[in-house]
Amino acid sequence: MSGTGPQEAVTGFRSTRRGVTATFAPTQAGVIRALVSQVAELVGGEQIAPDGAGQQVSAAASPMEGSWDSPEEFAALLGLSDSTVLPEDPVLARLLPDAYRDDPEAAGDFRRYTEQDLRSGKVAAAHTVLATLPEDGGQVLLSDDEARVWLRALNDVRLALGVRLSVTEDFEQRMASLDPDDPRAAYFWVYDWLTYLQETLVRALW
Amino acid sequence: MSVAPAEVDRPEIKQDAVPDTPWITIVWNDPVNLMSYVTYVFQTVFGYPKRKANKLMLDVHHKGRAVVSSGTRESMERDAQVLHGYGLWATVSHDS
Repeated sequence: MSGTGPQEAVTGFRSTRRGVTATFAPTQAGVIRALVSQVAELVGGEQIAPDGAGQQVSAAASPMEGSWDSPEEFAALLGLSDSTVLPEDPVLARLLPDAYRDDPEAAGDFRRYTEQDLRSGKVAAAHTVLATLPEDGGQVLLSDDEARVWLRALNDVRLALGVRLSVTEDFEQRMASLDPDDPRAAYFWVYDWLTYLQETLVRALW
Repeated sequence: MSVAPAEVDRPEIKQDAVPDTPWITIVWNDPVNLMSYVTYVFQTVFGYPKRKANKLMLDVHHKGRAVVSSGTRESMERDAQVLHGYGLWATVSHDS
């Protein structure tokens, strides 16, 4: 598990009398929408993203290019929709894990009876985020129920990114020692930002 | 029809094996899930007080895993399913 460190120049969620709220810049909203769409697409096997957020982009493009200017590209470059076959894709394996460690038969039975619900729950959470987060950013105002759904959706995105970035317990050190020119820097930055965002959302709900 | 043999081979009922060997739900450590989030999930899913939820979270973090609930196999599978919905890495096993 991970804790969160101090953050600068970003705002997160807070609890108000009217609900749980946060304000997003257009690019931030775009990144969240694109990533949430990608996860839903991967888990649900359907194209849910509006405005082509799920379009495949040439993997040869530099990951740094357009990371914040073009969130759709950013998400596509992460390859979140590379494969939908279990258990080869480690992201799917993490989002839809086996419930039995050393009993493949029991794990298979469990999966047969529960996996579809698990998948549709995650897709529904993604839809809630897309429905409550304006494409061009701005203030988001959530009921407690919606905020709880956001929490799960953000966590799924972080799990997916965490697998793709091979995040380990020493993430902070790795991030601190990352060369700014390293093509992975933007991904690490987004992951760190989402971690902060989720932390503030937990606190707002407590 | 067959005639019952003189000595019926009755299956032995292991009294001590029937109700008191519960199944357990285990949550495993992973590097992504936030400590605060895991505590929050334990409180929300199981209704545990914050203190207990926090202790379980710390067990997961430091020992690599923690038993978060015990009971019938069916209820443990329900727990695991709910925890998977929250993105926690949960498994079910027989408490031996």
